[in-house]
Amino acid sequence: MPENLFKINTKEYILPGSRACQGCGLSLFYRYALKALRENTIVTLPACCLCVLQGLYPSTPVMVPALNNSFASTAASASGLVAGLRALNKADTTVVAIAGDGATFDMGIQALSGAAERGTDFIYVCYDNEGYMNTGTQRSSATPMGALTTTTPILTKQQHKKDFLKIMEAHNIAYLATASPSYPLDLYDKFVRAKKIRGTRYIHVHVPCPPGWAYPPKDTVKIGRLAVETGIFPLFEIEDGKFRFTGRSKTQAERGNRLPVINYLEKQGRFRKMNAEQLKQLQAMVDAKWEEYLRKAEG
Amino acid sequence: MSKVQIMTGNSAAAAAVMLCDVQVVAAYPITPQSQLAEMMSQYIESGELKAEYVRVEGEHTALTVCISASTVGARVFTATSANGLLYMHEQLHWAAGARLPIVMCCVNRGVGAPWTIFNDQQDSLAQRDTGWIQLYCRNNQEIHDTILQAYRIAEAVYVPVMVCYDGFVLSHTMMPVEIRDLEAVREYLPPYRPHTILTPEDPRCLNPVLFPNRRADGEGVLRDGYMEMRYKLEAALEQSLEAIAEASDAFAKRFGADHGGLAWGYRTEDAELHLVAMGSLASEATLAADALRARGIRAGVTGIRAFRPFPKAEVRKALEGAKAAVVFEKSISYGNEGALCTEIKGALYGTGIQPAVYNYIAGLGGRDVKARELEAAAGESWDDCLAGRREKNTTWLNCVTG
Amino acid sequence: MEKRDENISAMCRPAVGEAGRTGDWRTLRPVIDQARCIPAVKKKSACFLCWLYCPEGVVKATIPVEIDLEYCKGCGICAEECPAKAIQMVREDQPDE
Repeated sequence: MPENLFKINTKEYILPGSRACQGCGLSLFYRYALKALRENTIVTLPACCLCVLQGLYPSTPVMVPALNNSFASTAASASGLVAGLRALNKADTTVVAIAGDGATFDMGIQALSGAAERGTDFIYVCYDNEGYMNTGTQRSSATPMGALTTTTPILTKQQHKKDFLKIMEAHNIAYLATASPSYPLDLYDKFVRAKKIRGTRYIHVHVPCPPGWAYPPKDTVKIGRLAVETGIFPLFEIEDGKFRFTGRSKTQAERGNRLPVINYLEKQGRFRKMNAEQLKQLQAMVDAKWEEYLRKAEG
Repeated sequence: MSKVQIMTGNSAAAAAVMLCDVQVVAAYPITPQSQLAEMMSQYIESGELKAEYVRVEGEHTALTVCISASTVGARVFTATSANGLLYMHEQLHWAAGARLPIVMCCVNRGVGAPWTIFNDQQDSLAQRDTGWIQLYCRNNQEIHDTILQAYRIAEAVYVPVMVCYDGFVLSHTMMPVEIRDLEAVREYLPPYRPHTILTPEDPRCLNPVLFPNRRADGEGVLRDGYMEMRYKLEAALEQSLEAIAEASDAFAKRFGADHGGLAWGYRTEDAELHLVAMGSLASEATLAADALRARGIRAGVTGIRAFRPFPKAEVRKALEGAKAAVVFEKSISYGNEGALCTEIKGALYGTGIQPAVYNYIAGLGGRDVKARELEAAAGESWDDCLAGRREKNTTWLNCVTG
Repeated sequence: MEKRDENISAMCRPAVGEAGRTGDWRTLRPVIDQARCIPAVKKKSACFLCWLYCPEGVVKATIPVEIDLEYCKGCGICAEECPAKAIQMVREDQPDE
């Protein structure tokens, strides 16, 4: 193993032959998340792409215990695991809720807000493929403006992506981070760090989706990388209220070399109907967001 | 010193839950359950009950917390009413399908729209297809004792149990209750042995998607399709008929109180006219039966304690000699008739036991139902029966109709 | 006599190939040119980005690099990310060449 790869857990927790699509961004993120979380973990998840990856009865490719629950329930299911394990004196097992953007931004927001408000001691991971991908690419509140989806098939999504990170920040939780499977070592480090922190931890993972975003499967890592390089999806952590950029985003913050967003958008079929006004708004929004982040990073 | 105190139904329930060494409680306030949720947090915050209390943000979450906590092996409890029960409806199906021995109190209250805060049984009756065991209590002692029995039943057959009692009529009314002895309860209730395996030592994926057909696992063993798994739930409900009777008998032996198991009878030995009801309404019906007897009518009450599983054998036995059965219920299956009435008729079909069956919808939204009203209605139906008028429309008792 | 499923609720056990032989999904398969592959050329631990970026975990970080073609779905990420352009995606109906 090369020097920095040496440090990571080389064990694989997902056996070959899973039901995930070719080039699935979720698959790549999950691989590294589980390497970081290791054996003493219980995952809970809703009906979503991950549920399909987890497999159909009677087999699963995943080598950590996982509990399925209904679509609105992920954070509530985690709350029950935490309470039950605590009552049984097994509180050292890490409870990890993993849900897509649909089950987090939309139907699952109540349960997540409740769990975070109660300071529930768990990690909540939102894998954000920016739509209801498991049911065939319908629009969610996480879908970016200008994207074609099966429920915004002609006019494209009219609203900006819901600023969910701001919502989670407002809950004053112990740890908040963004991560991308295109930067697996950065992602791995964040999960290792999160595992050691007590309280509510939220990790938002940007997960490219070949069929949903309309690009060839071979480009998953490239597109995820462009999302970071254009500043659309910055890599950062907020721990104890303190903001810091990580990895590529840290370099960009120092050197100011963000790529224009068009570089990311033009690679994906879902943005082919985006108009000039939407593009302008998106670039302006990313620029404004970065101003805000740079101020946060400073003090 | 006597352990009998007067207390409300909610207090009796809370006292019972504490005796069961419950480990996780998750509840959301709703009238008329709120005091039960409050008392549980009082017990837990004071240290009297060593348990985790999750102050959830909604009823759907309340039951979900119970589901996952029960899955890892904790004994759990929740309670709700009316729209709260409706809000967690999805998870009622989930809990039963996941075969979790959750015990929940449903403090019966009518559902919106329009709003009512008062008692009827529409909330729990509307959940009858979810796969939960449903037990209906007549009085506060029965509430206390049924909760204790509920854990024994649930953990024997791995089916969740709903203990139902009438809102305000029982939940807020003071009655004498003997709090059972903690050590005796601990002997009566063996520790919870979960069938679910959710542990890092043996990683499994629980409650995933099932195919319609059976499918071989990694070792070539043919595993259930969705339908087999669902059949197992039904088989467990059928098995629970015995478990409910057993829990009731064992309880009666140990604690000296017999609430009747699946169904009970009042003056039914020679009864020709049976009043049939559930919960406090059945209790009220015993006064009506006495009044009818005083008039020379051989009346009795068949009280249904277990609505699910439906006690067909007990109903057939009880109504064998009946000329008429008058079914009073605090709910209706819209577009047909009262659900209890339908179940009674269904239990009798094909057996040759053919009393005239009359259905009265009573007390919706907390409208008071007096024994004399039950007596009058049953008396009228008895007249109908004697006159050969066997087919009557469902009557809405003491209600402006038409 | 068929063994009955003793589970009363649905609990899955880990197994390889839950979705079957996912290698069948491919239309293109990865072929590594050992003359270009950095660890092969250097004869020591280096690069292994194909191993790093494989969403399926079917690339073994060995010298030579091995890809499990029973389960490789042929997404092409390894070929796309290889800095030495050592991996070609070849059609399933063509030889390695």
